[in-house]
Amino acid sequence: MAKRKSKLIIKKHILIPKHIKLSAKERDELFKKYNISLKELPKIKKDDSAITSLNVKEGDVIKIIRMSQTAGEVEFYRGVISE
Amino acid sequence: MTKEYNKYKGRLPSNVLEEVREKTKGMPEGRVNNILKEVCSEYNKARVEPGESVGLVGAESIGEPGTQMTLNTFHFAGVAEMNVTVGLPRIIEILDGRKKIKTPMMEIFLNKPWSNGKDIRHLALSIKETTMKEIMTDLAVNIVESKIELRLDNAAMKDVGVTPGNVTEALGKQLRGVSIKKKDDLIVIKMKSKEGSVGDVSKVKEKIKDVFVRGVKGITQVLPVKRNDEFIIIAAGSNLRDVLPLKEVDETRTITNDVFETAEVLGVEAARQIIINEVNKVIDTQGLNVDLRHIMLVADTMSFSGDVKGITRYGIVSEKASVLARASFETPIKHIVNAALVGEVDNLNSVVENVMLNQPVPVGTGLPGLVTKVK
Repeated sequence: MAKRKSKLIIKKHILIPKHIKLSAKERDELFKKYNISLKELPKIKKDDSAITSLNVKEGDVIKIIRMSQTAGEVEFYRGVISE
Repeated sequence: MTKEYNKYKGRLPSNVLEEVREKTKGMPEGRVNNILKEVCSEYNKARVEPGESVGLVGAESIGEPGTQMTLNTFHFAGVAEMNVTVGLPRIIEILDGRKKIKTPMMEIFLNKPWSNGKDIRHLALSIKETTMKEIMTDLAVNIVESKIELRLDNAAMKDVGVTPGNVTEALGKQLRGVSIKKKDDLIVIKMKSKEGSVGDVSKVKEKIKDVFVRGVKGITQVLPVKRNDEFIIIAAGSNLRDVLPLKEVDETRTITNDVFETAEVLGVEAARQIIINEVNKVIDTQGLNVDLRHIMLVADTMSFSGDVKGITRYGIVSEKASVLARASFETPIKHIVNAALVGEVDNLNSVVENVMLNQPVPVGTGLPGLVTKVK
């Protein structure tokens, strides 16, 4: 890691939707439901500032509850990658 | 009653469901059920079908109104010399994923009591980056004694709330090999080394001008404005990382128009939202109308990899698996030569490469053949 980022952690911000870590069981159910694997999911970096407090590791799936302007609450998923 | 609605949770978007609930208040159960059924079937009809070329439709839908946009950067209506990039240049800037944007801006929201206008001017100026050249009037170089005398501008200092003590401290921290003495409203800077050349003195002189005295680095202009009964500060220049921890600043609402900075400080999801908001803002101010879903698709694509990537040959196009698809975008020879060197294989799974080879493309009715084995 070349430059260490400062410790600024913003937990609440109008731009940050809710991020939830899925358990292994929920993750497998998700994969089965949509017939996908981790690599087809959109990605999120392990050190993304929105998930620093979730204690995630590579291969986890993050459920994101967005407030969409067109559809209200929408679930979205991202797979965790390291860099 | 809520049982009926809950059955449709997950099958209908939450705000459609909410609207149905509003409108069917007080209706008998059977009727509500029928309405929900009808809404659900209409919703399913309205959904995009698998295989629809949403990307192409999106590109055309944003591109066509794009031809109507102005090519100029305008001045911020009526306020002190603040420039904003608008129109097509701004759209290009966002979608290309430029790291350095032309006019970074922040909207700084404030906590109470500052949001009611308490000390607003003072606070705004304390956020603005102040360097030496703004608070001094005179800079005299004495080459014989290798020293520099500078006179402070008391009025300007009072404006930004800086004391001479702050100034000498800042100078001492940021200049090397000099001694600093204060004489009335003069500050005398003397070179420590005796045999210092003339060049050294003038180098220090240039450095003095850029010594950072107060404020947040990168914020070049500030402007307190009133919006919906509260005061906010609009700032030219952007530095989320240093502005958010300030105690006067409401860190939950303060935003910047810099997509990359947002991605770094607040994460990809926030950056995606900024892309949508910024593109939509430009389209709105130009009096055009583009469905939000097209912009959302673009933002989703740009933030797919966990990083913000522009729609350029270095960005998302470079992530395409097919050599021919990449070659068809820009710099074809480079891509084909590089692919040939490493023996890349093209599986012809996507659209462009099949168009090039005059084969059916996996889009719309061409898609099912890929999903089910036709035999």
